[in-house]
Amino acid sequence: MIINHPLLGPRDAQEFTYLGDASLINRPDWTADDAGHQFYEYQYLRDNPAGEHRELWFHEQGDRSWLVVTRDTRTHIITNVELAPEFARKAGRSK
Amino acid sequence: MTQQNRLSGGLIDRSQPISFRFDGKTFQGFQGDTLASALLANDVRLMGRSFKYHRPRGVFTAGSEEPNALVELRSGARQEPNTRATVTELYEGLVAKSQNRWPSLALDIMGVNDLLSPFLSAGFYYKTFMWPKSFWEKIYEPIIRNAAGLGRLSKQADPDVYDKGFLHCDLLVVGSGPAGLAAALTAARAGASILLADEDFVAGGRLNAESFTLGDNTARQWVSETVEELSNLPNVRIMTRTSVIGAFDHGVYGAVERVSDHLAVPAQDKPRQILWRIYAKRTLLCAGATERSIGFANNDRPGIMLAGALRTYVNRWAVTPGQSVALFTNNDDGLRTATDLISNGVNVAAIVDTRPQGTPVQSTKHLFGAQIINTKGHLGLESIEVRTANGSTETIACTALGVSGGWNPNVHLTCHHRGRPAWDDTIASFVPDECPPGMSVAGAANGEMTTAAALTSGANSAVKALAELEISAKPADLPLAEDAPVKLTAFWHVQGGKGRAWLDLQNDVTVKDIALAHQENFRSVEHLKRYTTLGMATDQGKTSNVPALAVMAELCGKTIPETGTTIFRPPYTPVSMGVMAGRSRGRDFRPTRHTPSHKWAEERGAAFVETGMWLRAQWFAQPGETHWRESVDREVLATRKSVGVCDVTTLGKIDVQGTDSATFLNRIYCNGFAKLPVGKVRYGLMLREDGIAMDDGTTARLSENHFVMTTTTANAVGVFRHMEFCRQCLWPDMDVQLISTTEAWAQYAIAGPNARKLLRKIVDPEFDVSNEAFPFMACGDIKVCGGLRARLFRISFSGELAFELAVPTRYGDSLMRVLMEAGREFDVVAYGTEALGVMRIEKGHAAGNELNGTTTADNLGMGRMVSAKKDSIGATLSRREGLSRDDALKLVGFKPVDKTHALNAGAHFIASGNPTDAAHDEGYMTSVAYSPGLGHYIGLGYIKEGSKRLGETVRAVNPVADTNVDVEIVSPHFVDPDGERLRA
Repeated sequence: MIINHPLLGPRDAQEFTYLGDASLINRPDWTADDAGHQFYEYQYLRDNPAGEHRELWFHEQGDRSWLVVTRDTRTHIITNVELAPEFARKAGRSK
Repeated sequence: MTQQNRLSGGLIDRSQPISFRFDGKTFQGFQGDTLASALLANDVRLMGRSFKYHRPRGVFTAGSEEPNALVELRSGARQEPNTRATVTELYEGLVAKSQNRWPSLALDIMGVNDLLSPFLSAGFYYKTFMWPKSFWEKIYEPIIRNAAGLGRLSKQADPDVYDKGFLHCDLLVVGSGPAGLAAALTAARAGASILLADEDFVAGGRLNAESFTLGDNTARQWVSETVEELSNLPNVRIMTRTSVIGAFDHGVYGAVERVSDHLAVPAQDKPRQILWRIYAKRTLLCAGATERSIGFANNDRPGIMLAGALRTYVNRWAVTPGQSVALFTNNDDGLRTATDLISNGVNVAAIVDTRPQGTPVQSTKHLFGAQIINTKGHLGLESIEVRTANGSTETIACTALGVSGGWNPNVHLTCHHRGRPAWDDTIASFVPDECPPGMSVAGAANGEMTTAAALTSGANSAVKALAELEISAKPADLPLAEDAPVKLTAFWHVQGGKGRAWLDLQNDVTVKDIALAHQENFRSVEHLKRYTTLGMATDQGKTSNVPALAVMAELCGKTIPETGTTIFRPPYTPVSMGVMAGRSRGRDFRPTRHTPSHKWAEERGAAFVETGMWLRAQWFAQPGETHWRESVDREVLATRKSVGVCDVTTLGKIDVQGTDSATFLNRIYCNGFAKLPVGKVRYGLMLREDGIAMDDGTTARLSENHFVMTTTTANAVGVFRHMEFCRQCLWPDMDVQLISTTEAWAQYAIAGPNARKLLRKIVDPEFDVSNEAFPFMACGDIKVCGGLRARLFRISFSGELAFELAVPTRYGDSLMRVLMEAGREFDVVAYGTEALGVMRIEKGHAAGNELNGTTTADNLGMGRMVSAKKDSIGATLSRREGLSRDDALKLVGFKPVDKTHALNAGAHFIASGNPTDAAHDEGYMTSVAYSPGLGHYIGLGYIKEGSKRLGETVRAVNPVADTNVDVEIVSPHFVDPDGERLRA
């Protein structure tokens, strides 16, 4: 596969390490009343769609960017690649 | 008596005769021959025995689809089993042996299987060797394994080098037949970057095998001129001997180039093969078509081959497989073989044409509406029995038979993304339907079976593919070519024959086997394949799958497209394991990392151990020491008595900078880091988000916004990845920057009561390292050896007064030598990883054995370190009920009740009096060592409620090592439990 890195252009997937579902960005608030339950869901429950999937790839053999890649799990067609910090900010994460 | 079947002409160089050996006999051939063509030239028809029934078999094709003529090529370490004689280029001194026969090819004892064939039908193994179950492993399997298989491995290391490479192009053209050459010419003239790959050793594809003309010249002349023009263009790379084996995602193709397979031994510094990863913006598949056979009784005798292959031997290699040849065809292409034979003066005994009528070929007996119902011949074809249109039978003598059941487009690569081909009735075969993105198909591979159509579709497809890349091209001028329509009447197998009609020659699958599969309800193509092993041999059923599907369709009363195809998967042709491995074998399987003191340690005769990719000194044997324990005990005792030095560079070092560094580390570690003062080091434990301990180490605060973290050697990469994840994905606005500096700093532990004295000799005098000025857990930038910048950390893994001193890596070797020289007056020792391990176990420090991916801070006895006052990775889930139960495992020490007993890691703890079973398992030993100071073995391990059970005796049982030792539960701190030494 080839991942079109937002900063570096097309790169072979071999340069990357795969983590998984980009929902890992949505780490719960530890002060919530049901934090234990939220963390359990965050840690263990994932969707496994046959189709469009947003996932985290780490450019380990490259510039160490974490990327959010939107890939169709049936065809491997990649429709979007974003830098993870930008994606995370849009999801409301900051410090 | 040599080359009696050689004709005139052909693409062979008669000025270069070649001698070679097959089954011990010497033969002659010419440069340009394959092993198959040279054997046929010498009238050798018998080349192997079939897989299951050991039937005598000869060459069946002229290409990579060959099911029969598989040989053991070369000898010694280079011996290569199951090599197709049809694609093996002849070289001087070539040695080949036939396979799967004993004692000889002509007399094969296992041929008895053929007589037993009524018992060996499809599914025989599944049905017969079911019972009794215990017989499988000891009796059935060894016998079957012994009898099965074709060639043998050399069982020696491959002496050749294999390589990997990367290529990029605008257009990858797969196949250099008429379509491929027309496409390449069109695209090349437009200036696009082209890769033209062909599995053959000469370009031209089918044009090398035909006698017709292109324009005013022979086809071969047009090929030569085209290849010459392409070769002179800088934007074209022609890769012959290169098989494109798979279409992967996003325009990535795999290809194997056989750089040296045509030589006895690769040239100096040349690889045997190269695995290319090709990045193609567009790909044009011009892979041609493969002929298929017809099922009829005893259609597998040596001398029977595909009609197109027979024609290839005549035209390309100037060889006739027999002096009297017959043909069996259902289409006009089969007739071309007859006319080419006749024009070469070879007797064509008869053409058996299944079609009821047509234009008869002159100068031979052309029987319309006829079928071959049997063949005869011992170890080779002698005659065929024909049922003519009027129902009479006729025996015709011939030593070779060409069979044509039509041609199948080579759709394989179009289906590598699980696309399915479509059925085309005009050629009675599958044609490409949906292709992988970026791929298009031209020529015979696309079902365009005439030369004129191939040339035109090649050129036009190239124009279209380049247009998608915004490169404008116009179709190359093409010569006038034959455009005879495909006249084919589908005909799959002869009904009512007198013997077995073979479909898959390599795996010995017959029409009757398909009927049996149907009868037993294995009717889906995927079941059919697995039940009969159809298409599962090394040729992947290239010549047999479609006829077999046709037979199944007929039995089911369905059409062939309704019956479907199995899935095509890479590789297109077999690939050697060597080229898959490339250079990653033996010592080069992965990189080896050397520590800065490696050379020094080597000079001292150190024993080395692999820790991840690192080689670390394990111990340093002194003269007279004969057992490793002697060396390790000495290193431990000398360090604890005076001073020792150990290279600890391999620990991961992560430089953390930025105004939010302290906040960041406070969230990475479960214990507090926000208030760590500048100039201090702290032990930190990091958890995974699920609450399990991930890694530990020390982190030093060099300045307000600058920290240096250490990780364990094993987890350095994973921790860094994790921290980047936290930084970028969880807290994107934090001002934190990370960089790995593991390689940048050489770091040595200097441990023992005289550590400070040794250090003082090399630290520049303006730096005070006294206990007052530089207490336990202090850190700072210093200078050593007269101005060399260094970092000093007062931390101790051994439990002694200890420092870790880091200098830029290029000074690492020198620093080791300086320390050992300066330490001579204190009898300094270098110690390796074993002594390091002994001392940390004596001190009760956890390491990888304890942080093993299943244990929590609570298990480690550090539960209270997990701060409840802040957020940190893993803190919330570490408080789950199941991870903090009262009877949780706790890390404690163990010592044998009888001090002469050894301990071993991995032993499980069973309370005294309880039986040794899983239900009474209370924990396990993680680390053991012989403590030279205490004079007995000690261990660390996890046991339920361990910290409340000090003084209790339990059994440490290891059923694998057959040990059972009474041990006392003790504090894990075997030396200096109050930490007085490290604060001295």
